Formats: sequence, structure tokens, C-alpha cells
Amino acid sequence: MAAPARPRPLPYPRPKEPAAVEPEATASAGTDRRRFLSYLIAAPTLVVAARLGAQAIHPEPAGAAVPSLPEPSDLFDLGDLQNLAASPTSGLISVVVNTDGTASFAMPRAEVGQGITTAIAMLIAEEIDLPLEKVDVTLADARPELVWNQLTGGSNTIRSLYTPVRIAAAGARSRLISTAAKQWKVPPSTLTAKDGVITSKSGKTVTYGAIAAAAAASKSSTVSVNLKPTKDFTVIGKSTNRVDALAAVTGAKVYTMDLVVPNALPTMVCRPPTINGTVKSVANLAAVKAMPGITDVAIVSTGVAVRGNTFGQCIDAVDALVVTWGPGTEDHQSDETVLAELKKAEIPLAVPPLNLLAKSIESEFTFYFRSNSPLETNCAIADVRKDSAEIWSSMKSPVVAQETIAQDLKLPVKAVTCHVMQGGGSFGRHLFFDAAREAAEISQKMGKPVKLMWHRTDDFRHGRTHPMATSRIRVNYSGKNVLTYEQRHTSVSTDFTHGFGEILTEFAAELPLGNLTFAETIFELTQNVPYNFGVTTQLLNEVDLGFHTGSMRNIYSPDVCTATELMVDQLAAAMKVDPYVFRKQFLKDARSKAVLDKAAQVGGWGKTMPAGTAQGIALHNEYKGCSAALVEIDCRPETVNRPIENGVTGPRVTKVVYVVDVGLPINPKGLEAQMLGGIMDGIAQVLTSSLHFKNGIPLEGSWDNYYYTRQWNVPLDVQVVIMPPTTGKPGGAGEFGVASSMAAIACAYARATGTMPTSFPINHNEPLGFTPLPLEPPLPEEPTNGLG
Amino acid sequence: MPTQTFIVNGKKVSVDVEDDVRLLWVLRDLLGIHGPKYGCGLNVCKACTSHLNGAEFNPCSVPVGDIKATDEITTIEGLPATVGKELHPMQEAWLDIDVAQCGYCQPGQIMAAVALVKTVKAEGRSITDDDLDGIRNICRCGTYPRIREAIKAGAANM
Repeated sequence: MAAPARPRPLPYPRPKEPAAVEPEATASAGTDRRRFLSYLIAAPTLVVAARLGAQAIHPEPAGAAVPSLPEPSDLFDLGDLQNLAASPTSGLISVVVNTDGTASFAMPRAEVGQGITTAIAMLIAEEIDLPLEKVDVTLADARPELVWNQLTGGSNTIRSLYTPVRIAAAGARSRLISTAAKQWKVPPSTLTAKDGVITSKSGKTVTYGAIAAAAAASKSSTVSVNLKPTKDFTVIGKSTNRVDALAAVTGAKVYTMDLVVPNALPTMVCRPPTINGTVKSVANLAAVKAMPGITDVAIVSTGVAVRGNTFGQCIDAVDALVVTWGPGTEDHQSDETVLAELKKAEIPLAVPPLNLLAKSIESEFTFYFRSNSPLETNCAIADVRKDSAEIWSSMKSPVVAQETIAQDLKLPVKAVTCHVMQGGGSFGRHLFFDAAREAAEISQKMGKPVKLMWHRTDDFRHGRTHPMATSRIRVNYSGKNVLTYEQRHTSVSTDFTHGFGEILTEFAAELPLGNLTFAETIFELTQNVPYNFGVTTQLLNEVDLGFHTGSMRNIYSPDVCTATELMVDQLAAAMKVDPYVFRKQFLKDARSKAVLDKAAQVGGWGKTMPAGTAQGIALHNEYKGCSAALVEIDCRPETVNRPIENGVTGPRVTKVVYVVDVGLPINPKGLEAQMLGGIMDGIAQVLTSSLHFKNGIPLEGSWDNYYYTRQWNVPLDVQVVIMPPTTGKPGGAGEFGVASSMAAIACAYARATGTMPTSFPINHNEPLGFTPLPLEPPLPEEPTNGLG
Repeated sequence: MPTQTFIVNGKKVSVDVEDDVRLLWVLRDLLGIHGPKYGCGLNVCKACTSHLNGAEFNPCSVPVGDIKATDEITTIEGLPATVGKELHPMQEAWLDIDVAQCGYCQPGQIMAAVALVKTVKAEGRSITDDDLDGIRNICRCGTYPRIREAIKAGAANM
């Protein structure tokens, strides 16, 4: 983090109007269609491009009513910033029409399970009029000329690509039709195009494939195009199965570790017993190099790398290394010491209890470290030669990766190629490229290609974590009015050096904010309180410790929202108002009220529940969308204590109704999938899932230590309700399921047990449910009990 | 170096590797069979779940030397052939319900699901929520509700 975190003056400045940016579109009189510029690119087949961003960047004013002033994220959010960042980029994105009748698009984003290859293919199919199966979306290599606009994050892919991708596809369709019209000597308006076939009034037909080469441009030029009006959509908005589903269920989908690169042999790293520890000396390098299957051993900046014929032999070699380690950077830090540092750094609440008539409620919540590790551990293939390097990995910031790796290897940026692979999950982890960077270093040191994979145990211990945080809230209320709402979120610093930083530096002047740190800016651009709670402030302060951090799915929102919604329930109780009714009374806007009402109605809010069980309800607005969750939880002893071997049971969420309004759903089935995943994350974060730091390293080293949601924690009744289009513009989806689920579960737990939880997950401070794996040797021995 | 011989997806294979190397690495690193995934190497996450002579097992935790020449290993790649079709009914159910997100755990989930349904059918009963609760395979994308739905649908066609 370039700028240190520091408190800043109160009161909170009123947001300025963000700078307007001229869109390329012009309204075409008398129709609802808008004309856009596409670019015909000189190529052997038809290539039509569009500029990224420019059309989608007008921030919308929120419809919020007084008395709460709109918070910055109501007016201009993180996604708006990313869209703004995309606008001046000279790089174009291109749809190619191939002579076999297919269309292809190399998407400058990473697919990690969120379904964007499917959604983008749908946008292309819609505008170009091809069947979905004839549209091929691949992942583009790092394109440095896109600068900061090849970042996958902030649930922004569809928001930023929705218009440009359609412009390129519509431009291609228009060019195919005009080419056919010229050949047939008829006006283009007399032709129709459907499913990849152009038909004339007299019944002549030609396929896109047959005419693609003729439609190719010999000289690049601009062409204006119309986009389909929303009412004519036949693909957008229709539930569609994933384009990669068949590959996934047959084992044919290729992830980084499945890619065969000649001579890139399995490689692992022997890592220190505390984070950021360094190698002082190795006693037996030669002996380990002589072990069965091992080809190379090299000391690198993160430990000692071994390369061999199989990963199993690498594990044995890692454990055979006799390494003297220097201290790490956080050897004296444990959960308790970190929490103490956070408490010291909390920005004071500014508004005292107001007067004799006003009452005050104050609460503080603690959120422990969580691992953002996906099921596929950190991994990368690197082939570093004298004058060039080639890298394969699932990277959500490949341009920053390419620049960083080039600098590390002392190579020109253009000598480094970064291929973006399909990721086996991300949840924030692939915003960084730790494995790619490490693999490049190892390949250069060994002088050979390497296929680097982190061991699961290392992935928990040395991988990035969502930082520990506290959230303190004070409200003042009088009668039936909330007068002030103050929230002070204090967090171990979150590393944003994957590209958001570059965007913020470039566009700092455009933001409706003061001179804040990167993290403070992202906090202000994502957080809001959707209620009319009078004078409202939400501030972030950070403690910059040496932990490996990164944001986890939905960044600050799940924790901030959980704290907010628990306070809302306290306010409702203090005013003796039902939690649903209270929310409805205080919500600022109609879309929020609509999702709340829908959740209450579908979930049957207020029904009689047995003792030890309860409902909870919560709201969260982000990404130009609204969400509400209604959950039921069972905290009765017979449920909490049901035995599961090597697992935690605890309270069980038995039912979830999740209502989401994203403005314009592109693929409802994919959107539902993302919400389901977010709900499972919410369950984990309230009930079971955290890292315990002790003396500079997490104790967790296996999925039976780190209790992410398992089948025995899954609600038997989960319903996702997708609201019909509201704004006509797609919002974000990938992270949107987490915050209100987490908050509703916490609220339900409080109501079922009569005790409001104040630290998360609720089991974090109970006795450890597992025996920690040894720290030395660093990797647990491979079991032999696999025959079941 | 010993030669290891066994049958995988209907084909007899021989590979020269030490006895103690776990079968997952022999499949993935030496034989190029990539359907079974690494998710922990500790027999916990179950991403590598495959079948040995028709029963569920986890190759990350079996030394290749323990595999006999007559043993038949089925990975996700060989699952359709066990029913003589292009796709196993469980894979069809997975496609219908669009279970996969990132897809990384899904081969192991499907192999575990098929084994569970076979076990339950052998006991002469149908799948219960308790059976589904007992599945240990991790899906970090959280596709669990759709997995439950797909197993019930797939079981109906097995």
C-alpha cells in the first residue's frame, strides 16, 4: 500500500458531483435506439471492434430522500470508477466472424466460475443473431495497452462490457448484411438475419461463414450501429446453462495444472514456519536433489523450490529439506495482539449521546481472519528463457502481473507473455498473481520450465487472507426517529496493489471524495447505509501489518453490513417495532422496499417458530442493485451437537429466501448460481469459517480445519428470487450474494438464542476443533487411507 | 524402478514409478489423466474421488504400489463407458441443473454421487437428506444446493 492509513477530519464532506464524461452515443430522433460507433478492423476475416467503457459511465443520482444525505457510493460507486477508468483506454475489444460461421471473442477478463464467458457469449449471440453454441468466448492474454482495464473484480465485468461487446457484435451483423446486400444488389434494409443466415426478400440465403471473408475490411474505419432495443431481446434475460458445463462434468475443462507445457515438471516450495520467514541456510541441497524423481532444487525468495517428475516426489523432497529459517515478519502476532492493535487504531465516534430525550445504542463487532483460498490452490506454469518468458495462470490482473514479472526477471514487458487460464474459483485470491511471480522466479533460477503448485496446507498458512476487522457503531435515536448513525470500521490493511491502486491514482481528481488512501476510497465507493438514519458516517481506518492480505468476495460489505443489520435489529427492538416493519419504515428507496417485501412475502416473515429457532431478515445494496435475505436458523441443542466426524456442525441455517434486483439480469440461471454461492459464504462466515493466527502463522492447514460450508451445513430449502428488470442496465452479480445472507443469518442467530453475536464466526473463540498440523516439516505426510 | 500395472478407464497401463508415489500423481503427472483434481492431498476435500473396482476411493491417499494388476480404476473420463453411453445419467442431471460454477470439484462430486447412489440402491432404499449431508466433497463455489438436486435427479435415471 503506497499511502499509509490515517484518520481524517470530521465531519464527513458532502460528496461533489462526479465529473461528467461524454458518451459516444447520440440519441437518434424518434426511436428508442441509440447509435454507437463500432470499428471495422482490417483483417483477412470480418473483425469489428468497440471501445471499452465509454457508454456506461454516467453515474446515476440515487433516489434517496432526506433526511440522510446520499453517501458517496449511492452516487458513484466502485464500478462507476472502473467504467470511468475504461473510457480513455485506446485498446479495442473485437468480435471476429470466422469463415466456419462462428463468432469469437477474446475477453479481457478472467473466468473463475462466475459465469462471465456464458453471459458475454449471450450478449454477442443476441446482437449478432447467432445461436449461442456458435459463439466462442476465450480469455485474452495480458494486453498491456489496456492498462488498468484488464482487471476482473468488483463484480464489474458485465457492467463494463455490456455495451461495448454488443456494439462490436451489432457492428459485425450490420457489416455482414451490408456485404450481402452489395453482392445481391439490393438495399440492406430488405435483408433479414437470423441464426447466422442472411435471407433476402426473394428467398436467397447466405451464411455468416460464407460471407465473412467478403465482409472483411481492407482498411480500418468507423461504422455507426444501432443496438437492439430491450423489448426485442430473445437471449438476454433468458436462463441459459453454462457454455463450459459439458467440459466441467466430463473432466475435460483445462485448468492451469492440466495444461501440458513441454518439460514443465511439477514444482513445489518448502516454506517457512512463520509468514515471510526467510532461508538462512540449507544443509542438504545435494542429498535432496538426488532423491527419487527430483531434478532440481533452488533457494528462492519465498523458500526452497524443488522440481521433479511428480508432485508426490516434490512433497517428499520438501519435507526432507533441512532448512535453517530466519524469523518472519509477524512472529509475535496472534489473534489477540492483532485485535489489540485494531482497537488502538479505531477512529473515535464523534457524536456523543445527544440529550436527555435521545437515547444511544453502541455495539462493537469483531471479524476474524478468513482464507480466500479457492479449491484450486495457487498455481502457475512458467517457462523463462534468456530473452523471454511465458506464464500460464488464472490471473485477474494479468497486465499488472506481466509488468511485475518483467521487472522481477529484468526483461522488457513485451518479452513476457501472460496467458490467462480458467480458474478453479477465486473469491479474491486471483486478484493477485503470487504463484505466477514465484513460478517465474523459480523457472529463471532453475533455467527450466516449471509447473508450480502450492500445497493445500501452504495455501491456508501462507496464502492471502481477508483481514481481521472491527466495526463499531453508535446510533442516537429519539422516539421513533434515528438521529445519527456512525460506523467506524477498523481493519488490518487490505492489499489493493493489483490494479485498483493504479485506477485510483489516475482518477483521484474525478472522485467525489477527498484525498483518501486507496483502501479508504474503495471503502467509501462501496459502503452505504440504505436507511434514513439522520446524519450518517461510515469511516475506515487501517492498521498496516505484514500479513498477506487481499479482499475476499464482496470486500468490506459482508462485515460492514452484518454490523449494520445487527444494529438495525437492536434499534427495532428498542423502539418495539418488528424488524421487517422497522426496515420498511426507514428504507430510503422503492427498489430496496420491493426486495424486502418480496423476501418477507415468499419467506413467510413472522410465522411462529419453535424455541431455539428463528427468522432473520437483512438488506444490502451495492453494484447498482438491491438484495434482501430472509433466513431461518435452528440453534437447538440436538441440531448444534449432532455429530459429524472431523467437522463442525453448530447451528444450522434451515431455510434461505434471497431476493435480488440487479437492474437487468442477463442470465437468471447464472445469477441464481452466484447468489447460491454467496449464501454458502454467508453461512460459513457467521457460523464456522476463520483462520486462527498464532505466533505468526495460521493454525489451519486443511479443509477439515478451515470450516468452509459443507453439505451438513447446507439449508434444505434455498430459494433465490430474481426481480424483473428495473433499471434496464445490468448491475453486478459475482459477489452480491454474500453480505445480506451473512447479515440475515447473524440476525436470526441473535433472535433464536436471545444473544447478539459480537464476534465472527461465532465459533472462533471456542476451543479449537482440530489438532493443528505440524509446522516442521512444512507439509503433512500424504495419507495411505484412500481406499475408504 | 518398479513397473506399476493396472487398468484405468478400461485400458491396461504400465508405468515405471516408485511404489510409494500416490496414485493421484501417477494418474495426473505420468499418465496425463487430469479429471481427478488436487484440492488437498490429505483425503479431506475429495476432489480426486474416483472408483476402484466400482467403489469410491481417493487416489491422493493410495500408494500406487498398493494397486494390483487386475484392479480397475475409473476416473470421470471413464464414467460414461460404465453405462455404455456418451454421458452417465449423473452427468446428464448435472448438465440439466447446471450445477458447475468453476467446475474444479465437479468430477469428484459426480464420482462421489454415483457411488452414493449405488450404495443406497444396494441397501434397497432411496437417497435421504441425511445421505446427502454425509457427502464430504468440498465445493468452494457453494454449488451444494444444486448438487443435492442433481443427485436426486440422477439417481432416478440410474
